[in-house]
Parts: sequence; C-alpha cells; structure tokens
Amino acid sequence: MSLLTPEPGLVFWMSIAFGITLFILIKFAFPPILKAVEKRRNYVDESLVAAKKAKEELDHVKEIGESLLAETRKQQTEMIKEASKIQEQMLEDARERAGLESEKIIGVARKQIQSEKEVALQEIREEVTKISIDLTEKILREELSTDKAQMKMIDRLLDEIEITS
Amino acid sequence: MKKLHITYKPIILFIVLLFSMGANAQTDSVAQEKFNVKEFILEHLADTYEWTLLSSEDWHVSIPLPVILYSKTSGVHLFLSYKLDRGNKNYKGFQIAAEGKYKGKIVEMGRDGSETRPLDLSLTKNAASLILSSLVLIITFLGISRVIKREPMKGNKGFVGMMEMFIMMIHDDIIKPSVGADYKRYAPFLLTVFFFIFFNNVLGLVPFFPGGANVTGNIAVTMVLAVGTFLAINLTGTKEYYKSIFWPDVPIFLKVPFPIMPVIEIVGLFTKPFALMIRLFANIMGGHAIVLGLVSIVFITAGMGAAISSSMTAVSVFFSVFILFLELLVAFIQAFIFTLLSSVFIGMARNA
Repeated sequence: MSLLTPEPGLVFWMSIAFGITLFILIKFAFPPILKAVEKRRNYVDESLVAAKKAKEELDHVKEIGESLLAETRKQQTEMIKEASKIQEQMLEDARERAGLESEKIIGVARKQIQSEKEVALQEIREEVTKISIDLTEKILREELSTDKAQMKMIDRLLDEIEITS
Repeated sequence: MKKLHITYKPIILFIVLLFSMGANAQTDSVAQEKFNVKEFILEHLADTYEWTLLSSEDWHVSIPLPVILYSKTSGVHLFLSYKLDRGNKNYKGFQIAAEGKYKGKIVEMGRDGSETRPLDLSLTKNAASLILSSLVLIITFLGISRVIKREPMKGNKGFVGMMEMFIMMIHDDIIKPSVGADYKRYAPFLLTVFFFIFFNNVLGLVPFFPGGANVTGNIAVTMVLAVGTFLAINLTGTKEYYKSIFWPDVPIFLKVPFPIMPVIEIVGLFTKPFALMIRLFANIMGGHAIVLGLVSIVFITAGMGAAISSSMTAVSVFFSVFILFLELLVAFIQAFIFTLLSSVFIGMARNA
C-alpha cells in the first residue's frame, strides 16, 4: 500500500515547510498576539475592579454628602428656630422697654400737669381772693356809708364771733 | 407562497441541468471502458508530480512542478514534471511507473529493464500545496499579530477579531487546561500545530486549484506533525517523567529480572504520536475517499439509462454536499483533537 508508506520527498518538504512555519509563527506571530490579548484582558479586569472601587467610593462620598446635607439642614432649622426665638425675645424686650419708657414719660407729663395745675389753681385762687377783696371793699364801702349801718355790721360780726367761739 | 416558489426555482433548474448532464454522460459512455472506482479513488488520493487543474480523456491543463532526483548511478537531476507525462514517456532514463511496486512514482530504468527508485525530493503537488498554505498561514498570522500589536488595547473587528477569538478559544479551552502550569511556553507551538492542520484540512476540501491536494490525508505530513509533538513531549519532559518511564512506581519483580514495565512505557512513548499520526491521516483520507466514492456514482451509473443515471447523479450530489459539510466539521475536530492530545501528552510529561 503506497498510501501507508511515507514518501521521503514529502517528508523532506513537509519538514521544511512546517519547520519554517513553526519557527516564524512561534517567534513572531503568536507571542505578540497572546501577550497583547493577555494585556488587554488584564487591563479590562483591572478597569472593572477600578470601576467597582470608584463606584464604592462614589457611594461613600454620596453617603457622606447626604449625611452632611441632613446635618446642615438640621442646623439650619435650629438656627432659624433660634433666630426666631431671639427675634421674639427682642420684640418682647423692646415692647417692655417701650412700655416702661412711655410710662416714665407719662409720669413726667402727669407730674408736670399736676404742678402746672397747682400753679394755675394758685393763680386762680389769688385772683379770686383779689377779686373777692375788691368786691368786699366795694360792698363794704357802700353798706358802711352810714354810721348806723356800720354799727349793725359790727354787732352782727360780734354775734357771729360769739357763736363761732 | 410566492416566496417559496422563488426559492425553489434554482433547484428545479439544477435538476433539469442534472438530467441533461446524465443524458450526455450516457451518449459518451459507449466509448468509455469500464469505470474502475478503486483506481479512480486511489489515483486522486495519491500524490502527483504535476498539479492538474482540469483533465479529460484527451487533454490536461496542469501546472508543471519541479522534479528533483538523486540517483546513485547518474547523480542529481532537476527538471520540470511535464517532461514525464503520464504513460511511458521516458526522460533521461526516468519515467513514472505505470505498474508494480512503485506505481505512480518516478523510477530509473536500468539497461536490463529493472526499475530502481532514486532519492525523490520532487516538489510534488502535496509539497507545493504545503508550501503555499504555509506561506498563507505565515502571512495571515504575521498580519494579525501586526494589527494587534499596533493597538493592543483596542478590540478588533472583522477578520482579525474573529481570528483573535479563534486563537484565544484554542488557547484557553485546550492548551491552558491540558498543559497545566507552564502552558505559556508551549502555547505558540500548539497553536501553530492547530492552525497548520486546520488550514490544510480546510484547503484540502476545496476541490479546485489552491486546494484539492490531499495534504493532511498523507501519512508523510502527519508523520512530521507527530514527530514534532514527540519532540515537544520528550525534549522538555521533567526528571519525574523520565523516572516514570524507566523506573516506574510498580512492584520490583516487574522491573528487575525482565523490565516489563519500562518496555511497555517505552513502547507507549512511540504509540502516542503514532496514534496521532494515524488518526489524522486516516480521518482526512477517509473523508476524501468518501467524497470521491460518492462522485464516482455519477460515472458508474452513466451507462444505465437516463432515468437511473440522472436520479443517481442527484443522489450523489446531495450526499457529496452532505459529506463535505461533515468534512468541514471533521477538519476542525481533527485539528482540535491533535492539539488537545498533544497538549495532554505534554502536560503529562511536565506534571508527572
């Protein structure tokens, strides 16, 4: 069977062809391909890990931000509350002070009014006294124009003094 | 319905064509002698000195290939194959034997009519096909490696992307798990073996010029491949591996008076690559033989009337197509198995 006996010529050519192919592909073709693909795979793996890490970090940062925000919000409300309290306090104080001040002013005004009133009353009193003295003088001048009348007057005055005393 | 009609049209046309071919074959067959199937198949499986492109009864179109001979009596000869046509044409005392032990091979005719076989280093059809496919392989993979090297971080598309996936599939699914820890050292060799076999297998299925040679179905080719694996296994085997061969871990009486186990192990050294050689050769040759056998149905039934010959032609074409698809699968599987077993053997030698 010629099919089962290897032909030396073909063995020779096959050795050459296969040998050269083997040499070139082993030396120049496959190592760069395998290296490049390996490198790319590593890169992809690393990128995935890095992406995961970055995402975790981002989540962490987000968490921190959220907590910070919540705290800030709390602080804000607190501050607002405090501010409104202070405001109220201030209003209260102002009102109180205003009340006191006004009372003081009113008191002063009252006193002034009182004193002026007294002065005015004094004046009126003096005036009235003056007028009444004048009147009395005039009346007395008229009534005591006669001696008789003068006597009667003295009597009556004496009576009166007696009664009163 | 319209769509179906359109798709059936070429098939109907094809059948009509087959009928007319059958009829032609019938008229010709009167002149033909009885068709010898065995001869036909063996002739097509064997290596030839010229690369026949087309041939008929009367004429051939073929590429002449260089014939290189060294004869003990007349020295080195170098000439083109067309000088030795099929038949009995003689050139400088050389001719292609038509009969006997060296049938189809170049022999030197002695003065007394005896045939001697010179050392024949002719660049035959298979050798030329090997060189061609090696060139294509080298160009393809150097090109791929250049494209990948230029931008290693870029995912490639198209042919390069496909080949990259193909390479990495072999690398990750066969070589890595089978060879074990130091797979990186053997990966380029095993990948070359895989693609060399696969490419030649597929090229062998192409029935016209660049293909058509029964390369991996030739025992000389598979022998060199198996020797490559043998060398890869045994040149890089560890101390433990050699110990397991020459002084295996078995009861002492199996080793001392008569070394039964070492002998078995040493025979095993050679049977492993031998099995690789025979498996690849037989599978590919068998596939080619089946296709040739199915094609020869056309010629056998040519003289049996229009109805039989045309229907058998259709059957032959149908089964040929089917077997060719199967052979495409076999082309991959055999390259796969050769590489897988080589990897496993190397792995055994490294991790013994």
